[in-house]
Amino acid sequence: MACLIIAESAIFTIIVVAYLFYVGKSLTGPTPREVLETPIFYTICLLSSSLTIHFASRSLERGKRGAFLGLWLLTIVLGGLFLFGTGQEWHRLIYEHGLTISTNLFGTTYYSLVGLHATHVTVGLLMLSIVLLFCLAGRVGPEQAARVDVLSMYWHFVDGVWVVVFTVVYVLGR
Amino acid sequence: MSSDVMAIQTAEAAGRPWVQTLHAWVTTVDHKRLGILYIFYALVFLGIAGIEAIVMRIQLMHAHNDFVSPQVFNRMFTMHGTTMIFFVVMPVLFGFANYLVPLMIGARDMAFPRLNAFSFWLTALGGILLYFSFVGGSGLYGAGNAPDVGWWAYAPLTSRAFSPGHSTDYWTVALLVSGFGSIGTGVNLIATILSMRCPGMKLSRMPLLAWLTLVMSGLVLISLTPLSAAQLMLLVDRYLGGHFFDTQAGGSATLWMHFFWIFGHPEVYILVIPAFAFASEIIPVFSRKPIFGYPVMVGATVCIGFVSMSVWAHHMFTIGMNSSANAFFVLTTMVIAVPTGIKIFNWLGTMWGGKIQFKTPMLFCIGFLFQFLIAGLTGIMLGAAPFNWQLSGSYFVVAHFHYMIVGAILFCVFAAFYYWFPKMTGRMLNESLGKLHFWLFVIGFHLTFDFMHIPGVLGMPRRIYTYEPGRGWDTLNLIVTIGSFIQGIATLVFVANMVLSYFQGAKAGNDPWDAWTLEWSVSSPPPAYNFASIPTVASRRPLWDRKHPEDPDSHYD
Amino acid sequence: MVVSILILSMGRRQTDEQTLSGPGLLKLTTRGEKEAQSAMAEKHKAEWRVVLGRAMGIVVLLTGILFAAGLCAATPKPDNPIPSIFEPQSTPADSILHLSRFVLSITALIFLVVAALLTYAVAKFRGKAADAQREPAQVYGSTQIELAWTVIPILIVVVLFLATARVIHAIQDAPKPAAALEVAVIGHQFWWEFRYPALGIVTANELHIPVSDPAHPTPTFLKLLSADTDHSFWVPQLAGKTDLIPNRVNEMWMDPHRTGVFLGQCAQYCGTQHAKMLLQVSVESPEDFEAWVRAQKQPVNQNETEIAGKRVFETTACLNCHAVAGTNATGHFGPDLSHLMSRHTIAAGAAENTKENLRLWIQNPDAIKPGALMPAMQLTDADLEVLVRYLETLQ
Repeated sequence: MACLIIAESAIFTIIVVAYLFYVGKSLTGPTPREVLETPIFYTICLLSSSLTIHFASRSLERGKRGAFLGLWLLTIVLGGLFLFGTGQEWHRLIYEHGLTISTNLFGTTYYSLVGLHATHVTVGLLMLSIVLLFCLAGRVGPEQAARVDVLSMYWHFVDGVWVVVFTVVYVLGR
Repeated sequence: MSSDVMAIQTAEAAGRPWVQTLHAWVTTVDHKRLGILYIFYALVFLGIAGIEAIVMRIQLMHAHNDFVSPQVFNRMFTMHGTTMIFFVVMPVLFGFANYLVPLMIGARDMAFPRLNAFSFWLTALGGILLYFSFVGGSGLYGAGNAPDVGWWAYAPLTSRAFSPGHSTDYWTVALLVSGFGSIGTGVNLIATILSMRCPGMKLSRMPLLAWLTLVMSGLVLISLTPLSAAQLMLLVDRYLGGHFFDTQAGGSATLWMHFFWIFGHPEVYILVIPAFAFASEIIPVFSRKPIFGYPVMVGATVCIGFVSMSVWAHHMFTIGMNSSANAFFVLTTMVIAVPTGIKIFNWLGTMWGGKIQFKTPMLFCIGFLFQFLIAGLTGIMLGAAPFNWQLSGSYFVVAHFHYMIVGAILFCVFAAFYYWFPKMTGRMLNESLGKLHFWLFVIGFHLTFDFMHIPGVLGMPRRIYTYEPGRGWDTLNLIVTIGSFIQGIATLVFVANMVLSYFQGAKAGNDPWDAWTLEWSVSSPPPAYNFASIPTVASRRPLWDRKHPEDPDSHYD
Repeated sequence: MVVSILILSMGRRQTDEQTLSGPGLLKLTTRGEKEAQSAMAEKHKAEWRVVLGRAMGIVVLLTGILFAAGLCAATPKPDNPIPSIFEPQSTPADSILHLSRFVLSITALIFLVVAALLTYAVAKFRGKAADAQREPAQVYGSTQIELAWTVIPILIVVVLFLATARVIHAIQDAPKPAAALEVAVIGHQFWWEFRYPALGIVTANELHIPVSDPAHPTPTFLKLLSADTDHSFWVPQLAGKTDLIPNRVNEMWMDPHRTGVFLGQCAQYCGTQHAKMLLQVSVESPEDFEAWVRAQKQPVNQNETEIAGKRVFETTACLNCHAVAGTNATGHFGPDLSHLMSRHTIAAGAAENTKENLRLWIQNPDAIKPGALMPAMQLTDADLEVLVRYLETLQ
């Protein structure tokens, strides 16, 4: 998983570089300053899901299946909320401000970067849900703690990427 | 004991219908079989890309030739480059790594056998997808034709405006898919090497092949991914109306160049480091001495890995970067020559004072040493930016990198074939045919690639389907073409050798070369489980210790 | 010899049965072996003479090739048909050649030294069949030697870098004198557009520039732009190449020392007809250059002798792509044709500028340059004839 994270980090780095390179270079269209609203709430959701998954993992190690189930579910809900928030923001950008991926350089780089991250969140949620199903079927116990830990590493990575994306898009890019 | 195992395996194999054998191979997760699958795959594409090269050489035999149209020629050089790099050299190197690393570190298989199989089939799919572009071209209406944008696919030539149809998409998607396969293999190799070494095998006791594979895999992780990212961006441009590389909307053509070469330069180190690994295993055995300066070899390779991430823009000296940027990349390019050159000296030091046996693997390694030296030196010339301003994009560069890829890397790959074919198949390759292959190839190689430097110096750019007569390029191109035919014949000799020897070669036994690493301690071919019991090692050359108990390496480690 | 002694003295060990060998040291072998050795020695000498001979042959061949190339390049050719980087005629190309010679001499020296060592090692340390049972001294390394062959390359690198950086700065950061001629070069698929903003001239594919007297330099500064994909301007005898990249402005300069016609071509793959995007640079004396400028600024032939042809030009799609000064043809997609007949070639050097070729180019461009963006105009023979006659008036 560490290797995969290294490789994925390289992909994100390149796309972040492209984003930063094109800041302020759009020839037309809405600018970040005009249309972006900082998604504080949804960011808090995603970042707290890192906490919940961490505690979920620990609970599993200690054999507290109930706590594990609850925290795991909470992680999925928080992640889902984040995705919902992203969707909401995109809806607003597209229908209220006319910003699509082909509008201008800002549109292209924004949707690509945030979209790639959202894709990773989606894949993560899918995997978390699979583990949830296994847990409901009673097959997840302390023996699986190491594997669950690997998955939570991936989730932490996704959150870490969001910190970078957030900073680049909503703080620096404006 | 080992001959019993072989006998049982052969008896089993003889009784099975071929469908079962095919099924076993297609569903295998055994690193040895996957290694062989990679190697076969690479050999098939070597033939195909070789034919593409010969087509180009026939077209360029004399000025204003019309053997093929410009459209076909442009597809040829694009496909030749893409195929050779992604579907010949990378798979063959991954194949050898897959086969050898677990055996050399005393493990039973790779860390993630199913990921291993998945990675292979992803790579295979990528190659088939790329070549489907030929079929899907004029056959299926609107499906496109083989890509003709060059293997670097520079923007904005790859945008919808300049590359309508789907040919560029075949290039993009095929490489994306096989890129994920390569990343999978990189992850697998790192995990295997770091966590599955046998007892006693500290990192400082690993065979150099394992060390160099580790560095190569690390490079794979961080340099193939920029290409994948750039290709995703290209797909966004081509399909979703994005503007990453759309110069009409303010996008940047040079951004693609940066991203591509951030991949492209470390990529060539990914190709050459395993070649170094083969040389570092073969030269000591045939000089009858340990590698000279093992820690420095490791250190130099790690150094090369890191520095290689900082030299990429020496492929872009002509794009108009300012003088400070150009000077920076000159510096890093020259600096990377130091650890690379050191390795030549270490191999020289290994041979010095030894008792060199001129078997075919060693012949190829000696060819490699001379040719790698020359290729590195022309690389230094090209690293001097002003010189590069004249020679970039010319046949001098083409000669330089073919000197590296064919003269250095392919020679090491041939050496690896002759060295490890006995281990993989239980039969020796024929020495006389091997020597014929070597000498024919050397002659053809030098005819082609020595002379190829000169048209570059006389102003001949690359990627041109024809040229004007009277510029002094005509005779030289003819000589280059003749050499390419000789290389083709030599390769046929090689293939014939492999086929004949597989069925009729001398039986190899466990250790035909009197070598010192763990793979020679098991039968040829090894049993599926590799080792009857996991060995414990006490030095870098465990078999030397066993053969020379009065004077083991472990006293000197 | 010193090296071998150093190797042998550091970290080496031997078994009782081992043979010490190496230049300058005594061989400690038993008697029987000596006799057997001398018998085999003759046979081996013969065999390995062949191997050594071949290796030296390759080295000699390579050196010979390079030497011959150098010789060929050094012989001056009157009409510059061979665009060799070894025949510079302008300061940037000169500087590059000087740097190249310096770099070449260092790399040649490195090659000779290392190749000699390799050849020596291969010849001297060959294994003899007689002592196949004994292993040579197992040497693991030597810190001193490793240090030496790290430090020396680093020094070489520093020297090369400094020499290179100087030339980079000299060429790229050269100041533009007031007397410099400015030309904008716009790359198209698959032809070159040249604009002289100060002189109000627009032409294509064949660049005319004045020779530059070192006492009163009149260099030409090129501004490089692209209308579509990447191209590269390469005339080896006048300067290194610089790319033309869309949405980017690059600059280069040259100050040719003598008159003549210098050849080059596009050096960055730009599509199907990249191969036939040729360049011709005519370096002219100040008088000749002035004459050319005057001719280019002349209004286009107002004789109206070829009215029929002119009408064909103006009523078919020609004027969508081409411009002719003084008419209502102002297309920019293709070359400006105002002074078409002042050029020696058409289609960016793909064909001589003759009546037959003009006809062929208009009716069937694929016959000359398959894949060029000039469409086949589908004219009747009569229309084609008058059109070409009209074009021939565009002096």
